[in-house]
Amino acid sequence: MGLDIPAGIGKALELILTGDPELYGIVYRSLFFSGVAILLASLWGTPIAMLISLKEFPGKNIVKTFFNSLIGIPTVVLGLVLFLVLSNGGPLGFLGLLYTPGGIIIGEAILVTPIIISIATSAIEAVDPEIMNLAKTLGATESQASIAVLKEAVNGVILSNVASFNRAIAELGVALLVGGNIAGYTDVLTTAISRYTARAEIPYAIALGVLLMVLVFAINLAILLARKTKLLFAIVKPWVERVKK
Amino acid sequence: MHTWQKLLVVAALTTIVVIAGTFAYINYFSKRRIIIATTTSLYDTGLLDKIEADYEANHPVDINIISLGTGATIQVSENGDADVLLVHAPSLEKTFLEEGWGVNRKVMAYNYFTIVGPSNDPAGIRGKTASDALKAIVAYSESLADQSGVTKVWVSRGDNSGTHTKEKSLWSLAGYKYNETAAKPWYASVGSGMGDTLNVASQKNAYTLSDIGTFLKFSTEGSISSVALLTEEQNLLNVYSVMAVKPDVAHANTTYQINYADSMEFIKYLVSAETQQFITSYGEADYGQSLFLGAVQPLKDNAPQPIVDWIRAAAFFDGSECPPQYRSGYPELYS
Repeated sequence: MGLDIPAGIGKALELILTGDPELYGIVYRSLFFSGVAILLASLWGTPIAMLISLKEFPGKNIVKTFFNSLIGIPTVVLGLVLFLVLSNGGPLGFLGLLYTPGGIIIGEAILVTPIIISIATSAIEAVDPEIMNLAKTLGATESQASIAVLKEAVNGVILSNVASFNRAIAELGVALLVGGNIAGYTDVLTTAISRYTARAEIPYAIALGVLLMVLVFAINLAILLARKTKLLFAIVKPWVERVKK
Repeated sequence: MHTWQKLLVVAALTTIVVIAGTFAYINYFSKRRIIIATTTSLYDTGLLDKIEADYEANHPVDINIISLGTGATIQVSENGDADVLLVHAPSLEKTFLEEGWGVNRKVMAYNYFTIVGPSNDPAGIRGKTASDALKAIVAYSESLADQSGVTKVWVSRGDNSGTHTKEKSLWSLAGYKYNETAAKPWYASVGSGMGDTLNVASQKNAYTLSDIGTFLKFSTEGSISSVALLTEEQNLLNVYSVMAVKPDVAHANTTYQINYADSMEFIKYLVSAETQQFITSYGEADYGQSLFLGAVQPLKDNAPQPIVDWIRAAAFFDGSECPPQYRSGYPELYS
């Protein structure tokens, strides 16, 4: 007797196609936790990125380097730090966040914040500074001018969200240490794969692996297509204009 | 007000709304909960899933199971992050009670450890006692030409779990110093749960100590090729206990309350005749034998012998599964 991989894959496909509730509960939690985490990280990350990129202040480069280097923080280290801080014996234990969905969401939001800030900052900085001046010359207030800059940088901001989503949905350390991998409550795709493998329930592990890959591919494909279409526009545009003339 | 300040205020307010909304949404679906920190074997075999489903069907409580080794289980309980512990390392449990972290311990189940290894059994331990088996494994390992650390003969949990604690005591019983043995080139410490350790041992054609429950599940599912090589004996007895985390005392610095009342309800349920019966019958159909045996009734009946005496010798403190100073209410548990 050995590990029957084809049978495992067959069983996995069956689970996926029959819409196994346990399986899709895990997918739903993964999407929900990562989604809210990115929403939160964008909410506080984008204004910070705008501040960093549009304002001149001493130590600006140090701040940028700081966020850039935090992009690569190992998820288990962040998970460990949060575990210690959120534990009921730790300084923020009174929040009661350890082993709850809220804990995972906050943890993942912190994890992706440096990605949002760094990518959005470079995107905003890449916008021609003349746009801000031009907008102001045309009578825009400072906030209207900032919005105009953000509009120009919108692709970079979207990219920062996509990169964050990839990171959040594929990370294991925070979800495992802060969430505790509680079945039906805080387990997500990555932690559940590890659990099912440790429990010799291989078909479930394979099915979740497939779904995780499909999700990540689908999202990146969507972005690629969006960029391709834009590229297409860029190529076609001069011709269209020439024809118009 | 400056534009930036406005922007930040708006962002902060939206953030609060999103957080509040998310929490309201999550809490809308949640009931009272107890967090059970458990040894991996009870979880990886699927036994706790069944118990959880049955309990939740009849009680307005969510059971949240965190599966860790016994050492880590005790650690998170001391932090106040769990309400109930399911563990199998009497020496660690004793310290836990003595230090005042837990109360109301009940011995709930038992089974046996076994040493599993490749079916061709190169060290020739089949049918030996645990001590002789370890000696044979050491002799075989020392005789190998390759002492570079590439060839591993023994795989250890290495995670301070109950199984790891048992492994240490077996090494010392066989006359070896654990620290020296663990430093040998043929000794691999993986630091994970029983399932992962069995996978590693199987892939490396190495020996490891496992509880019989997890081993049977893995072997039946076909994910490992190892076979069990030792038979039941006193030194290989594996006793599982349940304890409640003591409310308020250890965790007075936080506002988090240990859910003591619901925890005790769950413990009463675990040691009830019906649940004990269920534990004993669990796995018979799938694996050809029980993975765990309920311990409550045997202790009451004082039979079968000599197993009950073995349980007492292994897991009783001062002649009791829970000396009176470590009890708190619920006298019916000990009647």
